Amino acid sequence: MKLTVKDLNSFYGPAHILFDIALEVGEGEVVALLGRNGAGKSTTFRSIVGLVENRSGRVMFEGRDVSDLPTHAIVRGGLGYVPEERRIFTDLTVEENLEVGRQPKRPGAPQWDREKLFKLFPNLGEMRGRPGGRMSGGEQQMLTIARTLMGNPSLVLLDEPSEGLSPKIVEQMVDAILAMKKEGVSIVVSEQNLHFARLISDRAYIIERGRICFGGTMAELDARPDIRDAHLSL
Amino acid sequence: MAFYVVQFLTGLASAASLFLVASGLSIIFGVTRIVNFAHGAFYMLGAYVAFTLTERLEGAFGFWGGIVIAALVVAAIGVLVEMVLLRRIYHSPELFQLLATFGLTLMVEDLVVLIWGPDDLVGRRAPGFKGAIDFFGQNIPSYDLFLIVLGPVVLGVLWLLFQRTRWGVLVRAATQDRDMVAALGVNQKWLFTSVFALGVFLAALGGALQIPRDAVNHAMDLRVIVEVFVVVVIGGLGSIIGAFVAAVLVSELNAFGILIFPKISIILVFLVMAVVLIVRPWGLFGKPEAPARRTPGLTVNPWRPLTTNERLAAIAVLVVAAALPFIAGNYVLTVGSEIAIFVIFAVSLHFLMSVGGLASFGHAAYFGLGAYGVALLAKMAGLPMIACLLLGPLLGLMGAGVFGFFAVQLSGVYFAMLTLAFAQIVWSIAFQWVSVTGGDNGILGVWPEKWAASPSHFYWLSLGIAAFAVVILRIIVFSPFGFALRATRDSPLRSEAIGINGKRIQWTAFVIAGTVAGLAGALFAYLKGSVFPDNMGISLSVDALVMVLLGGVETVSGAVVGAIVYKALNIWLVSQTDWSKLVLGAFVVLIVVAFPKGIVGTLEALMHRRRKSSSAASPLLTSRIETAE
Repeated sequence: MKLTVKDLNSFYGPAHILFDIALEVGEGEVVALLGRNGAGKSTTFRSIVGLVENRSGRVMFEGRDVSDLPTHAIVRGGLGYVPEERRIFTDLTVEENLEVGRQPKRPGAPQWDREKLFKLFPNLGEMRGRPGGRMSGGEQQMLTIARTLMGNPSLVLLDEPSEGLSPKIVEQMVDAILAMKKEGVSIVVSEQNLHFARLISDRAYIIERGRICFGGTMAELDARPDIRDAHLSL
Repeated sequence: MAFYVVQFLTGLASAASLFLVASGLSIIFGVTRIVNFAHGAFYMLGAYVAFTLTERLEGAFGFWGGIVIAALVVAAIGVLVEMVLLRRIYHSPELFQLLATFGLTLMVEDLVVLIWGPDDLVGRRAPGFKGAIDFFGQNIPSYDLFLIVLGPVVLGVLWLLFQRTRWGVLVRAATQDRDMVAALGVNQKWLFTSVFALGVFLAALGGALQIPRDAVNHAMDLRVIVEVFVVVVIGGLGSIIGAFVAAVLVSELNAFGILIFPKISIILVFLVMAVVLIVRPWGLFGKPEAPARRTPGLTVNPWRPLTTNERLAAIAVLVVAAALPFIAGNYVLTVGSEIAIFVIFAVSLHFLMSVGGLASFGHAAYFGLGAYGVALLAKMAGLPMIACLLLGPLLGLMGAGVFGFFAVQLSGVYFAMLTLAFAQIVWSIAFQWVSVTGGDNGILGVWPEKWAASPSHFYWLSLGIAAFAVVILRIIVFSPFGFALRATRDSPLRSEAIGINGKRIQWTAFVIAGTVAGLAGALFAYLKGSVFPDNMGISLSVDALVMVLLGGVETVSGAVVGAIVYKALNIWLVSQTDWSKLVLGAFVVLIVVAFPKGIVGTLEALMHRRRKSSSAASPLLTSRIETAE
């Protein structure tokens, strides 16, 4: 397994947010984490990369226990994270944003550099010197993904990449994610949009109120409309 | 004409050092979000170490090498401070960070006296820049010309560093969103440490470069930090260009202000700062900050009025305190009066800081204004004591009205810096306006009238007023006004959205706090029989902060307990040691790091835990929160 999460519990202050989350992601797989707004998708990702301080459980990445490592060490190990709110550095240019994400090459993981990413996201190549604050939402979303890829990750946590984007940009996003997969990057993508998830994912988990309540292939999910209707708003 | 040109150039030369220190402060704040009060202390250390090194090392290389080595040595000390102290408090509320670095400043002040002695030290002249250049009959020291060139050169180097290196890009990214930088695999710890080292290096270099111009002394830290705060408030915290422009502006205002108002030139700087704050509260080159992040850990225990039993207990304590004159001697009663006065002072700051969320670092200004109000009324107008006690605090009210209006335009660290600058201004007026205030000699002979003259009567008077002040402020805390104030503290946007005029509420709170502090000052003037500029000095402001902190910022009654414990300890300590600043500073640092909840807060937490283990788990813990965002 590329990534194994076991018994993950997370808290914000006194509030218990995640309950015994368990996930598995295979080598080169694209796995969707589906759930409504506030179900705990973002918290799951933030907990995996150590951005939620108060958490317990086990996160195994490439056979190594990373549960107790600080965020930067987890990410340097090849576990990339693309946050939901995009969080690009608005004062920095496109190229500078990419520079922040740059990490040394890692044997066994797909390699990325600026030129390769500008081929994957041609829009970005046309605005290399533009400050991040003066880009459209879709361009910013591409920049966050490109920025994380600069770290040559072998697995990427993608938090709601389609949120708030126009259908045309969503199409580009699908192409980009499939291209990443082809390069050999394993991906966990959180989504509310089942159609989007279906286009890219091999398997899916459904999270509801901080608990995983379904895990299986996309075909298995389609065979259970009851689960889909109960836990996803379409 | 030539004279004015020379004056202008002198201003530019002074700007160089100021810019170095201010840019260091700005850089550190940008990334770590810590306003480093100890920056002035590093500046001073730079000057002292450079003095020693340039005395020991020979020749031109010895001098310039000594200056650079001094800055490097101090930067290394800065790294040590960052790793040992600051790393522990990056996640604390900003008030704690301000206080911890302040405690450090106090310690350094005593340490330099211990190492280098209390006298001013005159350093070496710079080799190659010893002479002066004749300019139409006016002399310009050639060292000044060197500094004038140095300022823009440093600005250019910093610009290149931040624009053209990977380190610079990472720092700029961290300035915007440090968690995201960590989420991209950058080790924040070392980024923070290196940024802190650079900032301290710049401060120490600024201090070291001053030695050919000025004598080195152990008060230069506070002088420079006040100027630096003014510079970064005008230029915009976090902006290096802003620091440069504002440093030039402030230095020129000082250079020419001395010609216009020889005694109180700082007024001119203050006026400019006030104008900038009204037009652009975030400074000329700064950016408007998003509303301050919620400080985690603050007021976790909801506040409530005292229960009937607790009220009875409080009254019982008061009665016991009132019985003190029957068993204690005059000295104890005088100490008791002083403690009661400081309870008033501490609760007034607590009201502003814990209830209003506005941590003032210059609250002593209003205490001192009340004291001077009484002294002036009693000595000049010859009013009776009752009238003085009632009218004297009005000076505190007026001061709070004027300064508070500007101060509440800002929040968080800006607010703290501004209140400190205001207090320094009031202090320098009291210090320099000799014809009215008596300057350093103060105003003597402010004695209470006969009915209050005996220690026991004065003690009862102080105790009564203290009880009255505590009760009134508590009533306000739980009044609609108090709720509105706390709402504004917790979420300025949401409270505005339900129709609360936040700025006006905060201004009112500021005026209330200032008036109550003035009342404490008025009593203090009668207790001591005199007033001095130190009654509004920085150390008194810090005393008040420490009292509130010691008692517990998050609690309603912490200030009372904190004031009693701290003042008693303080009076005892001063009688025991000459190095009270060193001990006090270490004490402040210790509280911040080890007991951030204070006495009352810790007790509450203990009681809370006991109650929880006896009853079932609290409903808050088991309830799930729907939105995890």
